[in-house]
Amino acid sequence: MSRPGFVLDVDERTPPLLMHQGEGFRLERLPLGAKVIYPPDSLPGIRNVDAAIKHALLNPHGTDPLPELLTPGMRLTIVFDDLSLPLPPMQTPDVRQRIIEQVLEMAAAKGVDDVELIAGNALHRRMTPAELRRTVGDRVFQAFFPEHLKNHDAEDHDNLLHMGKTKHGEDVEINRRAAESDLIVYVNITLTAMSGGAKSVSVGLASYKSLKHHHNVHTLRHSNSFNDPPNSAMHHSYERMKGLIDEHVKVFTIETTLNNETFPSSMGFLNKREWEWNLRDQASYVAVKRANELLPAKTRRRIWQSTAAPYGVTGVHAGLQSEVHPITLGNVHRQQLTEVNGQSDVAIYGLPYICPYNVNSVMNPILVMSLGLGYFFNLYKNKPIVRQGGVAIFYHPVPNEFHPVHHPSYIDFFEEILTESTDPVLLETKYEEQFATDPWYIQLYRNSYAYHGVHPFYMWYWGAHALEHLGDVIFVGGNRKTTARMGFRSATTLADALEMAKDTVGSSPSITYQHNPPLTLADVR
Amino acid sequence: MILALEYHRSPARFMAARGLTATRAGGKMSGMIAGNVSPMRLVNRHAPELPGEGWTRVTPRLSGICGSDLGMLTGRSSPYLSPMTSMPFVPGHEVVGETQDDVPGVPKGSRVVIDPVLSCAARGTTECRWCASGQQSRCDHITTGRISAGLQTGFCADTGGGWSRQFVAHVSQLHVVPDALSDERAVLAEPLACAVHSVRRVKVASGSTAVIIGAGTVGLLTLLALRQLTDVGAVYVVAKHGHQQEKAKALGATAIIEPRKAVRALRRVTTARMHSPERGDDFLLGGVDLAFECTGGAGGLDTALRLVQAGGTVVVSGMPSGNVDLTPLWYRELQLVGAYASGADGADFADAIRLAESAPLDGYVGTTYPLARWREALTHAADAGRLGTVKVAFDPAR
Repeated sequence: MSRPGFVLDVDERTPPLLMHQGEGFRLERLPLGAKVIYPPDSLPGIRNVDAAIKHALLNPHGTDPLPELLTPGMRLTIVFDDLSLPLPPMQTPDVRQRIIEQVLEMAAAKGVDDVELIAGNALHRRMTPAELRRTVGDRVFQAFFPEHLKNHDAEDHDNLLHMGKTKHGEDVEINRRAAESDLIVYVNITLTAMSGGAKSVSVGLASYKSLKHHHNVHTLRHSNSFNDPPNSAMHHSYERMKGLIDEHVKVFTIETTLNNETFPSSMGFLNKREWEWNLRDQASYVAVKRANELLPAKTRRRIWQSTAAPYGVTGVHAGLQSEVHPITLGNVHRQQLTEVNGQSDVAIYGLPYICPYNVNSVMNPILVMSLGLGYFFNLYKNKPIVRQGGVAIFYHPVPNEFHPVHHPSYIDFFEEILTESTDPVLLETKYEEQFATDPWYIQLYRNSYAYHGVHPFYMWYWGAHALEHLGDVIFVGGNRKTTARMGFRSATTLADALEMAKDTVGSSPSITYQHNPPLTLADVR
Repeated sequence: MILALEYHRSPARFMAARGLTATRAGGKMSGMIAGNVSPMRLVNRHAPELPGEGWTRVTPRLSGICGSDLGMLTGRSSPYLSPMTSMPFVPGHEVVGETQDDVPGVPKGSRVVIDPVLSCAARGTTECRWCASGQQSRCDHITTGRISAGLQTGFCADTGGGWSRQFVAHVSQLHVVPDALSDERAVLAEPLACAVHSVRRVKVASGSTAVIIGAGTVGLLTLLALRQLTDVGAVYVVAKHGHQQEKAKALGATAIIEPRKAVRALRRVTTARMHSPERGDDFLLGGVDLAFECTGGAGGLDTALRLVQAGGTVVVSGMPSGNVDLTPLWYRELQLVGAYASGADGADFADAIRLAESAPLDGYVGTTYPLARWREALTHAADAGRLGTVKVAFDPAR
């Protein structure tokens, strides 16, 4: 039985606490009285994952077993979450591979020949052949790539199908092959409560025309938080779109959840509570930290990016999305949810080296903003851990670095657009369309490995709720120029950051640190 | 005898200046090199004699330091021009001064600016085809006639130049300055006439897009001319320094771009496609219709060629130096147009004087130096951008 999550009150006996800081980490001694939110201990993984998958496929929720949905001559499209999930990537074999192999075996046994596999990458960059191979495994890759194993192309207008509009006037336009299939099998990994469910098909296979209805400032400011679907306008939009999709095509969903085993055993201390570190953990911390600091920057990045998590699979559930997803969310909450009493004046977050959009890439400043003010700030149910007008303190160096192939529009967004304004509404109104329809960005998205031109806007909108909520944002160790460009401040130490926060929250603020690693979802009462 | 700055023949000094400024560190100290290494000296010399009828002595009131002067002093100018000079000469071709003699149409004591080109009329030769057609800047007789070789006043041994207390000018070179026009504005008339000429060297279609590389005197005045004399659409200015960016905005630039961001920024506003060659800088497929190279550097021309769309035009306004990869010129079938001095039989100059009166050019001539402080003046001029100055000038009477 895993121990539940809890909130630690920092006192004299509390050791320095671990924090991510980009491609590094540190131990930080927090002020007395600060609260620290820990998630439940890592749940045990399912021992026989293949058997659990088989059981899920043969005993789905709300629909017939998968083999009974498969008929000779049918068009079957298997869609799977792209490289943005999970984070870090999981050790192979990826659970998506295991599921896809079983689905294909069942399809073959039923004489289904017309099978296509599509990565649900929406406006994310295409996965490289190597990344696809890693996700689906050698066997599937060799059998299907490249003709029948592809990335979704949201700019291939001949291969998009406009299904209509929701009652709210939202366009639903998705991948034509999938839309015209007799069955879509969606293979998902739900790492956080925002993923999976109605989001899978309506976002993963959508076009800009469709995505702009929920990926916008207004919707995101009314998604409080987007990890709390009942209170998320974004998820309401997904649900409406899903309703329309369900009228056109049958979707068989397979959702999986993972435990919090985020780092391999060599960095096991990252998965443990600090006061439980044994001598080996302490020695590992010192050795890994020192080695990490001594490494050349490129090597350090390569090592971090090649880190694969030894996740355990905590749940595999299949069937109708509406019946599967509540179970999936329950599993996520079981692993990540911790009750917290009340908000604080200051929230502290240690930001890691990875986010959904820099796998095998560079964490640029816009992604840091999105990770901090988007993903981490929104890791709550009910209320943010920091009060309205409070201060968020993030740990990240915020280097002025961009991957020129993966993030070309980010460079222009940072260099030219943010110099004019950081107001999400102004940026959306004035520049979004221009970036979204820029032919060069479209060309790079389709033929190179670039995120879509509009993607940096979405990242900025991702933090729109936090920007509205917070009174100040400070990055400890952040590059002064890059943080200033984004409208934030930087401090050298936590003490400096708290001193800077005085103007906003006074000299004795209440402080909450949302501990990471591993991921924690705060249920703030 | 008059006090004058004299440029004399010294291959050793010329090569030393050229060699030093070719290095990275030397490039940053080009002003100091121009003042200390170049074959320039402050001398007392005989005032130049009047070469004949129609000539007058001129007492400079202000005399600007041009980028081409600095190019010469730092050894960056091309040896191609050497036959069109005669040594020793007194530089200075951006001059507002006062005439000392009566000449037809210009009484003694008139305040004038000079068109420095020493064409057939000044040389007393029969008119070449270019002078006959009013395009004196293309004069073929620039090395013959009653005065020594010299493409302009300021490069001719017989006429003297503006960096002195007196020189001589032919009536064909003189443009009387209206009383309302201050010396500080009038001294900009010559570079402004060049800017007007460069804009007139190409057909600027209504609504066409342009980029100006460089926001020194030439760049800013080219922007002014483009906005005032054409129906150009968006004009983007590549400007390095803060004050240049402000001035470019005041003159109507659509957007100001930092040099290192030029390709990316223009790609976005023109929705072109950007490509990165295996070696060398990025370039656009697509881009602007027109580029005006106003830096005089190889880097500026190289950038211009990479920013213009196929079939577009690159105007070389700054005196060029260095080597440039001309592949884009060939591959994108670009037009490369030179723009030297002014033309239109004086009309460019007339328009320049008119624009100098009305345009927001206050503060462009920030600092003036006496001839005796010539080293400081040259150092200041070479660093003008960084020091927040557009034009540095000599005040020879001081």
